Amino acid sequence: MTSTVADRPELALADDALILSHRLGQWAGHAPVLEEEVALANIALDLLGQARALYSELGDEDELAYLREERAFRNCQLVEQPNGDFAVTLVRQLFFSSWQELLYGQLTSMPLAVKAVKEVVYHRDHAEQWTLRLGDGTDESHRRAQHAVDTLWRYTGELFQPLPGLDVCWDAMRSGWEKRVTGILDRATLTVPDGPQHGGWAAGAGRQGLHTEPFGPMLAEMQHLHRSHPGAAW
Amino acid sequence: MTTVVPGKGPGQGPGQGPGQGPDASGAADRAAVRVTDRAADRPAGGLAERGTDGEPGPETYESAFDAAVAADERIEPRDWMPDAYRATLVRQIAQHAHSEIIGMMPEANWLSRAPSLRRKAILMAKVQDEAGHGLYLYGAAETLGTGRDELLDKLHSGRQKYSSIFNYPTLTWADVGAIGWLVDGAAITNQVPLCRCSYGPYARAMVRICKEESFHQRQGYELLLVLSRGTDAQHAMAQDAIDRWWWPSLMMFGPPDDESAHSAQSMAWKIKRHSNDELRQRFVDICVPQAEALGLTLPDPDLRWNEEAGHWDFGAIDWGEFKAVLKGNGPCNEQRISQRRRAHEDGAWVRDAAAAHARKRQEAASR
Ligand SMILES: [Fe+2]
Ligand SMILES: [Fe+2]
Repeated sequence: MTSTVADRPELALADDALILSHRLGQWAGHAPVLEEEVALANIALDLLGQARALYSELGDEDELAYLREERAFRNCQLVEQPNGDFAVTLVRQLFFSSWQELLYGQLTSMPLAVKAVKEVVYHRDHAEQWTLRLGDGTDESHRRAQHAVDTLWRYTGELFQPLPGLDVCWDAMRSGWEKRVTGILDRATLTVPDGPQHGGWAAGAGRQGLHTEPFGPMLAEMQHLHRSHPGAAW
Repeated sequence: MTTVVPGKGPGQGPGQGPGQGPDASGAADRAAVRVTDRAADRPAGGLAERGTDGEPGPETYESAFDAAVAADERIEPRDWMPDAYRATLVRQIAQHAHSEIIGMMPEANWLSRAPSLRRKAILMAKVQDEAGHGLYLYGAAETLGTGRDELLDKLHSGRQKYSSIFNYPTLTWADVGAIGWLVDGAAITNQVPLCRCSYGPYARAMVRICKEESFHQRQGYELLLVLSRGTDAQHAMAQDAIDRWWWPSLMMFGPPDDESAHSAQSMAWKIKRHSNDELRQRFVDICVPQAEALGLTLPDPDLRWNEEAGHWDFGAIDWGEFKAVLKGNGPCNEQRISQRRRAHEDGAWVRDAAAAHARKRQEAASR
């Protein structure tokens, strides 16, 4: 792989989509209600489709997905966070899809973004509806939703680290995202955390290939069969 | 009704994958049962007496039902039907619905390890389809007056069954192909005749489901073909999967005809159109040439073309194994049902939250 591919912003976007798709796929057979089996799989499929379209612009999709090491993945840390409970999964989706909707909305010269923005609007809407239900549902669901917001908040700052090569106004991204997300959290009777929007490392770590610990085992599981049969076709 | 039907399913959103939520006809079927007071449609206790006042007596209902079935007309949710017909349908549709959702598990086992992005997408779409099939079928059962909650409860407490085939484990990637080719293949052989089932909502659900199952079957076949023609290790993986899945697939058609408890009445009602053994034979006849084309061997030394019968003769099925798995002693019975129960229990707070939220919104709207 040439270094130019590693530096392309599309790689980071593709990694975001693949890793979140993989995480969502882990819900299969475990969702709280059958409608959500269908919904989560549908979102996972959309994201996988986005990842494949982006990878194939850059090279061989399977080489990129299966043969890079952890440090070469450029996804943000938000998408690699473990599923946790349903609240963590849906708040993670709310944070990510709200961002992706704004980003793809700005990337009018990228055909994939233009096509995918319609899907992303649905993902955001689905996550938004669930955030409202969980935040303003029962005491337990409120507590869990607030916990999810508090836990994931530190991974949101990274979303606004500029990806060099994308023609995007990142300040507008941040203010647009904050306005939208805080509006939804308010309506869901949830409190917007006042803690930092990044963890121990400066925001942007994932984009530089610095990931959280659960990412390695996830990647090992995803890649092991492909790597066990070098050169085989599937 | 189920406790929660959250928002709009993704099927209605853009970027549709295959196999989304129930279609308009399914929704109409469910709406019908909601607006219909079932009791009013049925010759309840006092109706025989009222029959003398010029109201139609139960024998009129019954002969209308029999005539409709005989004429291959569809029975619809609002039509009168014998209690035993209703009960048989609910039992069969529920078992089918349960099989769809339990059947997601052995395949989901490989979702995280699919060896290419294309295969990952195909498998994810398939698992999603199966969830969608569960939705259509629970919807069809609901038109008979039995809600999803009640049926799930019976599944979780072991009072209703699912197809025993899913009590076998998926040990290698090739098992995903074997399930598609053999298990979805057997399901299609079983289910195509059900598209003409006498009960309308079930027949319509089956039309949609069979279309998707035949995709699954072709994708499974194609997966195995690639493995069979791939490296030696891949070929061996495919053969091993066929060795393990072939006999359990034949058992999917149920016990032999002379031991099948419900067959005769179901045939008379046109819920069932062919006997277990007929369908099993049909399946074997389809699979033998396909296995040859795959370059894989079916693990049955007694498989022989019978010129006179025009069928493939096959060896004796180990019904002892079938019964043992059915009784709960298969490799995965405990694992499957406890995962189902755990998912349901872990999700209780989510369903409660959705119900509580819906109540709050309703109250706010009526204020
Ligand atoms: Fe199915
Ligand atoms: Fe299927």
